[in-house]
Amino acid sequence: MSDQRDGESTQPPAAAPGPAAVTPGDAADAARLVSFGLQPKLLPARDIEYAELIRRYREEPLFSRLADAVAAGLGLVVLEVSARAGMALAAGEDSVFAVRMGDYSRRAASDAGDRFLHGLAHLATAAMAFPRPEDLADDAYIGRVTVNGIDGFLRQACRRLEERAEEQGENTDPATDAPGLEAAWRVYVRRSSTGATKDARRLAGSTTGIVGKAVSFLVDSGFLQRTGDESGGTYRTTARYQLQVRDMAGSAAMAELLDLGIVPRPGESAALMPAEEGEDLGLVAGAGLPFHS
Amino acid sequence: MSVRAPSLCVVTTTVPHQLSGGVRPAPGPAADEGLARRLKALACTAPLHDLDARKANLAGEYSVYAMAEIALAAIDLVTLNMDFDTGADHDQIISRLLPRIAAQAPGRPAPEHERVGRWVLENLINVGSVDRGFRAVYGTFGADGAYVRRDYDFKLIEEVPGRDGTVYLRTTDEAVNVLVGALDTDVTSAQIAAEVKLEVLINRGRLADAQLAAEQARYRTVQYAETLRRALDATRRNVRAVDWIRTVPDMIAEALDHVADRYRHENAILTNIRKARDESEDPEHKRRAAELVDIVKDCIRRHTQLQSRLLEAGPIFRAEQDRQAFAAPRGGALVGMLDLYGQLVAPVLPLPVEQATRVTDAWFARGTGLRTPASVRVTDLVDALLTPPVEREHLGAEMPEPDLVATPDDSRFSEEQLETALELLDLPHDAPRRLSGLLAEARRLDPELPYLVALLAVHAASPPVGTAYRQGEERLLFAVDDGTELDDPEFGGADLIVGTARLDAAGMAAERSEAA
Repeated sequence: MSDQRDGESTQPPAAAPGPAAVTPGDAADAARLVSFGLQPKLLPARDIEYAELIRRYREEPLFSRLADAVAAGLGLVVLEVSARAGMALAAGEDSVFAVRMGDYSRRAASDAGDRFLHGLAHLATAAMAFPRPEDLADDAYIGRVTVNGIDGFLRQACRRLEERAEEQGENTDPATDAPGLEAAWRVYVRRSSTGATKDARRLAGSTTGIVGKAVSFLVDSGFLQRTGDESGGTYRTTARYQLQVRDMAGSAAMAELLDLGIVPRPGESAALMPAEEGEDLGLVAGAGLPFHS
Repeated sequence: MSVRAPSLCVVTTTVPHQLSGGVRPAPGPAADEGLARRLKALACTAPLHDLDARKANLAGEYSVYAMAEIALAAIDLVTLNMDFDTGADHDQIISRLLPRIAAQAPGRPAPEHERVGRWVLENLINVGSVDRGFRAVYGTFGADGAYVRRDYDFKLIEEVPGRDGTVYLRTTDEAVNVLVGALDTDVTSAQIAAEVKLEVLINRGRLADAQLAAEQARYRTVQYAETLRRALDATRRNVRAVDWIRTVPDMIAEALDHVADRYRHENAILTNIRKARDESEDPEHKRRAAELVDIVKDCIRRHTQLQSRLLEAGPIFRAEQDRQAFAAPRGGALVGMLDLYGQLVAPVLPLPVEQATRVTDAWFARGTGLRTPASVRVTDLVDALLTPPVEREHLGAEMPEPDLVATPDDSRFSEEQLETALELLDLPHDAPRRLSGLLAEARRLDPELPYLVALLAVHAASPPVGTAYRQGEERLLFAVDDGTELDDPEFGGADLIVGTARLDAAGMAAERSEAA
């Protein structure tokens, strides 16, 4: 899957004396490595034992196969094993480690609008963190996002759609008895972006509240690191997030979109050109930058 | 609402027939668009009527308050106090509403007035609803002639995040259009018209009308700033999203012309009104003219702020351009790399929410990371439940009594002396005094006092302007040497002129926030 594990194919013949070399101690170490991988905020640079196991994984093909097997047995997908990301694991769909929307937010389980908003917040966070395809491809890229920036970015995109609908004289007000047919952007526009609360905390149901929940959840997943409090909280991305978006989330969401019969165009050139008539939202692909403030 | 809507229907259902008669069949629901528009406008007023209808349900006797009036005043206040960057402050709006509320029921206690103000503001935001907005239902005929009921969602006052993490209020377009006035006209031309009117009115000495016109001009100025703020926001966020070859440069050029033009215009008006203010005999005229000066000054301040934003736009664009477009690509295969915005976010947003949720759900399932489920053993649980809670020490360990030694008070002057001296130097801003006179007066009060007064006066010769600016002081003591020699038995040097300068605290605060 990743270049680090290509070592498997070029294994030195001397390192494979026979299948009998695996001991219970090796199995315990492999499981130990997976358990380190399950603590996403832990980095090999901070833990000698972890770093040693990473080294073993990359140098001993047998050990790496063993660790992969342990992960697979637990319903985990190994995205990368490296010094920078540690053992980056993703949960398979039916795995006990997978996050379910109902556990994430109780309201989202019962309210279709909230369910969409929570999912969109996660999608938009990634889009702001990796605005261009280049950023996703570049291992050294570190994305920066702010809560207010993500909210502002989505609102701007929605406003464009609103303006376009108005230009075309389209009535986007949904029929009263069919809320599921309402255009998705309207659900976002309608929700207020913030609100005063009695205890001066962020209003959970507001869009900045929803985005704020998403980013702090991603912090706990080891995908973002908090760097400051400006603009509702500023964050930077980790190697794990890039891997997760690149290898897992993007393709899954794309597949779902294609299944709906929508074929987005592939990334266009980054040339600076005015948006053409009829262009998606009037936005050239790859647009979307973090806030400056 | 629901009572009136059908009667409107009856009146206007004939209109589509007249319009489309013989031309072509109406292509869609556009036929009764006019009706829908008016129904929406009507809906925007409903929350205000609702306030008066619901005040009877409040615990307490609130029928004496005219809630709709307070609500309209609140919307006006928010609109006027909307700043370029943020919005109006909750508490500030309440405190400015209080005089009106108090005037409606002077006999009632002040806390009640404040409660009424908060109730009105909260209801304009509609705090109780999830979306913090309002919904009205109206009906239209679809392309196929079927009658469809639709939801119209709107807000009157919305809450927006400020830079410092606080929450500010802004009025929405709906509120401005329907409730502040029919302002959805061409901003530029409307503004020019208002100002020509203003000039004429001032020339004729009709200050009452002039004030109205000036206030309208300010509404438009705010609206213009709001339009530009949005455009600049988009530019900052996302360089390629905006047409930087034609649209934005044109818009910036236009806006800069506008600012230059208005600035000249408003300065001319300012000169005119100042003249009116200074020459007028009638105190009422004088007061009105003075108010007008404040309004026009505020307009000028807003224009200047707008201009500095406009000038920043170019450099922001170039910096972003450098970062994104000219950075060398880092090898690596881009083929197959996902453009998250262009290929996912943009196509998802226009979808019906039902379908869009499928995509976002797929993202959520794969893009949020993993969680290790907590598992519980019965024995642990029993132990945990039976363990008595740890007594928490709220106050922490006891502090030892500190052993304090009284330091001798070796100050040259006592607190009372300082107070007296400051009182002496608390001069009215329009009547500065000579140091000699101050010293003589101080000597009569206390033989020690002249030393302190002299010291303060000498300090005032180099007043701490920077500190006063940073702290937003409203007055500042200063001293000037005009060459006159000081004639005093104890002191020599210059007979300084000591006075108080008034500082434009509001203006300085605005400048500080601009510089930040």
